[in-house]
Amino acid sequence: MPLTDTPANPDSPPSLEILQPANGQACATLSGNWTLSQLTTAPELQAKIKSVATDKTLQWNMNALAMLDNASALMLWQAWGEQIPAGLLIRPEHQKLFDRWQAQQLPKTPPPNAAISRFLDALQTTLKSFYEQVLALLTLLGQLALDIGYLIVHPTEIPWAEISGTIYESGVRALGITALVGFLIGIVLSYLSALQLKIFGAEIYIIDILGLSIIRELGPLLAAILVAGRSGSAMTAQIGIMRVTEELDALSAMGIAHSMRLILPKVTALTISMPLLSIWTSTTALIGGMYSAQTTLDISYQQFFLKLPDVVPIANVFIGLGKSAVFGLMIALIACHFGFRIKPNTESLGNETTNSVVVAITVVIMIDAIFAILFMGVGMP
Amino acid sequence: MSEQLEAVRLEHVWTRFGDKVIHKDINLKLNKGEILGLVGASGCGKTTLLREIIGLQTPSEGEVWVMGESLKTVAANHGQRLRNNCGVLFQKGALFSVLDVFENIAFPLRELKFKNEEFIQRLVLMKLTLVGLSPQDAWLKPADLSGGMTKRVALARSMILEPELLLLDEPTSGLDPIASEDFVTLLSDLHTELNFTVIMVTHDLDILRDLCTQVAVLAENQLVAFGTLAEVLKNKHPFVAEFFHNRRARRVFQYQEVADGAK
Repeated sequence: MPLTDTPANPDSPPSLEILQPANGQACATLSGNWTLSQLTTAPELQAKIKSVATDKTLQWNMNALAMLDNASALMLWQAWGEQIPAGLLIRPEHQKLFDRWQAQQLPKTPPPNAAISRFLDALQTTLKSFYEQVLALLTLLGQLALDIGYLIVHPTEIPWAEISGTIYESGVRALGITALVGFLIGIVLSYLSALQLKIFGAEIYIIDILGLSIIRELGPLLAAILVAGRSGSAMTAQIGIMRVTEELDALSAMGIAHSMRLILPKVTALTISMPLLSIWTSTTALIGGMYSAQTTLDISYQQFFLKLPDVVPIANVFIGLGKSAVFGLMIALIACHFGFRIKPNTESLGNETTNSVVVAITVVIMIDAIFAILFMGVGMP
Repeated sequence: MSEQLEAVRLEHVWTRFGDKVIHKDINLKLNKGEILGLVGASGCGKTTLLREIIGLQTPSEGEVWVMGESLKTVAANHGQRLRNNCGVLFQKGALFSVLDVFENIAFPLRELKFKNEEFIQRLVLMKLTLVGLSPQDAWLKPADLSGGMTKRVALARSMILEPELLLLDEPTSGLDPIASEDFVTLLSDLHTELNFTVIMVTHDLDILRDLCTQVAVLAENQLVAFGTLAEVLKNKHPFVAEFFHNRRARRVFQYQEVADGAK
């Protein structure tokens, strides 16, 4: 990008020399290639320009310059205090670079708003966003109800392939991680409880504690949190990428409803697979608990199996299954909701995927609390 | 002296993806100040060749020289300086969606640790004006830009470090004919003013006619023609004949052929 008449040596570095004649005016002479790429590797020269330019009596000679680009011209012009020094010796093709900087008008930036105004704006935006999100989620739920109604009347149109595919992705492929986490939590819970129970000589109650807490609470909750982090985020990102690649528009253009082809299969699949995953997680957690109880409290597997049905009424299993189904429904709905909010940029993709996971886990815990209150008197031995 | 004027040289470049051969013994030399149009059928490896010149990909065999330096032997710190001297315009602009137009253009400057905010502001706004956008556009996000504006912003970003070599991957793809024509005029004006070297991958016959001083044709994994447009038009290779002498191409090149007295 250099402006020069003669082919220059590309390696000729920029230089600035002060020539002081015996009885004449001091002169700053520039030579070499004054290009941005050269100047970036010479910070000492940048500092020298600034210090030399403070001397307003200096004469500047730029006739020996081989190359000068816009950025280097700007650097010099700023050092000169945004005015051409008197008696500047310069070639015409270089002069026009300085003319450009002299003519440039910087746009005036508006003054920043007052802090209180900014706070009120932020509050308004947050409230509006919350209202819009609740409305959008309710709309999604309503659309889902309408779609289910439609499919009951037209059962041949149920998207079985998408539903089974999602069950495989979010259910079958989550078996490993849920089993591992469940097993380890079972061991930890059993071990910590055993330490306390030993003090009171109430070792046998380990079966009550593990049975009730895992089947009713921990199993469904653990599975839901893992699925929200694993499958919920994947669903949000998938829908978001579909927006970026215009696949959503392609579906609309073909007359295929997003709700029927994307939301309903995900919600149905997760509502089916969550209770199954919950049973699986509870089972592995109980196995972990049994193993720990056997090693720390000497309670045999047989004893554990025989006592478990007595201390954990079957209602707890149904409560666990019921809330798992609701967890699955809500995780999928929230994932889809945030997926459709993604705008075609990377920041939005990251933000909405994070929001999806955070909101899904929060909602799961809220629903768990509601279930705990609603079924307070049910399933207790 | 001729060494100093050389911008890019490819020597016996072979590229293989597994067993698939993409480039067979490509040899090419481009002087400074030239505008090279790289053409060929879809999937023939034009963009791959461009990526090898940028240094984003290494050829399986052969050597790439940029501004007199071999990419094979260039040291890491010097390689960065060399990259700063090459501006790249990607096919879809590749603007950072989290940053606004101003910050997108200023990004390479900030990476080089320029602290003078007014210097950055002035340079960015100058480049913005140079590519035909207004200072108000500086605060838009990439998502708010049209295809033509995206290309212009990407061009401004590729020029912010005042590079001597510009590499453009299909700069007019996705633009309507008017925007495409505007872009060609803009590039031509910038080249006249700034005298950089340009290598562009293109299928646009108008660009080849109006802008390119050199044309390279890739076909059957080889460089089958290289020279001025008039020279390439006389090439007898079947692909060149099909690409440059079909009915549409004849219409586009009619003016050029008349001007050059080519039959």
